[in-house]
Amino acid sequence: MPTITEKQIELLEKLCNASAVSGDEGEVRKIVLEEVKPYADTVKIDALGNVLVTKNGAAEKRLRVMLDCHMDEVGFMLVADEGEGLFHFELVGGIDPRQLPGKQVLVGKDKIPGVIGARPIHLTTPEERSHKISVDALRIDVGPGGAGKVKVGDRATFATRFRRVGDSIFSKAIDNRIGCVLLIDLLKTAPANLDLCLSFSVQEEIGLRGAKVAAYHFNPDLAFAIDSTPANDLPVHDGEENTFYNTKLGAGPAIYTFDSGTLSDPRLIRFLAQTGDEEKIPYQYRQPGGGGTDGGAIHRVRAGVPTVSVSVPHRYTHTAISLALVADWENTLALLSAALQRLTPDLLAEPR
Amino acid sequence: MADILPFLKSLLSAPGLSAYETPVTRLIEEKWRPLVTQTRLSRIGSLEALKAGTTPTPRPALMVATHMDAIGLMVTALTGEFLHVTQIGGIDARILPSTPILVHASRSGEELPGVVVMPPARALPPSTADGVISLNDLLVDVGLSAAHLAEKVQIGDRVSFATQPVELAGEVISGHTLDNRASVAVLTVALEELQTKQHAWDVWAVATVQEEVTLGGAFTSAFGIRPQIAIAVDVTFAKGPGASDWQTFPLAKGPTLAMGPNMHPFIHKKLKEIADQLEIPTQLEMSPRHSGTDAYAMQVAAEGIPTMVIGIPLRYMHTPVEMVAIKDIQRAGRLIAEFAAALEPDFVEKIVWED
Repeated sequence: MPTITEKQIELLEKLCNASAVSGDEGEVRKIVLEEVKPYADTVKIDALGNVLVTKNGAAEKRLRVMLDCHMDEVGFMLVADEGEGLFHFELVGGIDPRQLPGKQVLVGKDKIPGVIGARPIHLTTPEERSHKISVDALRIDVGPGGAGKVKVGDRATFATRFRRVGDSIFSKAIDNRIGCVLLIDLLKTAPANLDLCLSFSVQEEIGLRGAKVAAYHFNPDLAFAIDSTPANDLPVHDGEENTFYNTKLGAGPAIYTFDSGTLSDPRLIRFLAQTGDEEKIPYQYRQPGGGGTDGGAIHRVRAGVPTVSVSVPHRYTHTAISLALVADWENTLALLSAALQRLTPDLLAEPR
Repeated sequence: MADILPFLKSLLSAPGLSAYETPVTRLIEEKWRPLVTQTRLSRIGSLEALKAGTTPTPRPALMVATHMDAIGLMVTALTGEFLHVTQIGGIDARILPSTPILVHASRSGEELPGVVVMPPARALPPSTADGVISLNDLLVDVGLSAAHLAEKVQIGDRVSFATQPVELAGEVISGHTLDNRASVAVLTVALEELQTKQHAWDVWAVATVQEEVTLGGAFTSAFGIRPQIAIAVDVTFAKGPGASDWQTFPLAKGPTLAMGPNMHPFIHKKLKEIADQLEIPTQLEMSPRHSGTDAYAMQVAAEGIPTMVIGIPLRYMHTPVEMVAIKDIQRAGRLIAEFAAALEPDFVEKIVWED
């Protein structure tokens, strides 16, 4: 059974601390390229910036299997310079503006520190405090000496640095750097029964853009979208049971049945569950509902690609600090690794 | 002038919620001890440091108060893997979601890193789910199982902000608790400046407790020391996003000298004269009622004390990303030292109402 070692945790730390807002994934792309080159048959960067990797097997009849993870994260773009280090900014990807006041950010390739402040409580009225603060009212402040150090067009991310405490990982961008490390590990242990096509995709957070063209390029027999999904397993205000938790932290990899973009291929759902049961790897079904993964784009490419998504559960996605457990990460790796080894062309011959 | 930044950064990283100031008190005591004649703790924990003057006893005394307590949170309940918290000091709940914190776990003696979290919409009361989430509905997550959490944490445990201080372009520093550790740094600069100056008066540097909640430290130290003049150094509002009216002052343009019922006009005038002579830039702050500082308490200690307030402009007050200009700290420190050195033995008799 594969395990998560210090080396993988260090790689996740490096990837999480990198800045890669949708459309500006260069820093993560560079790390990914370094990691995959020693293990890949071919590596290519396409027109959108996806990193496309192949690793061919040796068996006679081999499925062509696409593994996808997205490299990009939600963040900000500076859109207007108001002088003295103050910048108007826009959101890139789904960020709740209520998560912004009082947070530190890093701006641009040089990671210039800045902050998003808020009006002092002393200068607000109770009435004002009953309203949300809109993005329009906020500024990224890099300090009065910041002129020339950052500029309009620069991307910014939350400044949170990766921190591991026991089995817990606190970090920004766990969505989806944890998927990137999973893909790198799966490449390193690629089984001979498959041709693997890996896409480290761009622009997932703003419309699954990268995965669409990557899937077209690869033309796979089937695909796994490997991502990270919210664990909304928090207590309910009135003490009622939480029946809308999406996933639970600590309950293992989340297998998708249905989300806003994809109805997972039933054969692949059954196959993953059977793999988990037989290999005694814990897993959970993600509650059917909203949200989505690159699977939403991949399954509709060309004449169609049987697709399923598997995610690592984590709390507080798209905020400055998400929380994931090493155990869930390890079980996700174990499930996917076992599944790839067990995959044969017969699977697609089964009735749906 | 010695670089105050490393000491200020260490102050920002030291816990010291109101009534639990001990960790930061130790740091300040260590820094001040070589700079003063004696240090002591008041009955409720304020650090009182005397730098003795040169005039024969009984010597008049100047007290300079900077509160060292920090705003923060306190555990009110454990719910499974999560903590409910309340506030100590004035906190706008809108700045809290995804703020890094440290839980001071009293059962285990550990400091547990964690985060303030906003539950998902469907776990919140439907009336507020899409709006401002009040502190009652926010939770703290330290990434522990319910059983481990209950072994370590109990009701009443304190929760400090843990956003790391960061230097920004233009010689400014940003972090939590710059209110009022920036002023503790000011007073430290003043004590350092006084090492090479003669001063007739006793100078009492006091790091007060509990300003954010009761002003308890200032009331009691002013009573205990019974100074002839008292100055509070505290932060004031800097101009910035969302703050631009008459109550706000540009960063890095000098400390403010306040004017209003909490300030004795003669002391204000004297400070302004000294600042002008030394070409230390200052800004005039209007404070029409309660100054919101330790001066409010010190002014009415015992039979009453002439007081003054010096303000350090600070952006984003009571958020984890407060911001001050280092220059303003140095300027205010130097001004206080020069003022202390300029006090003649009979200065008290010169304090007049110029009616």
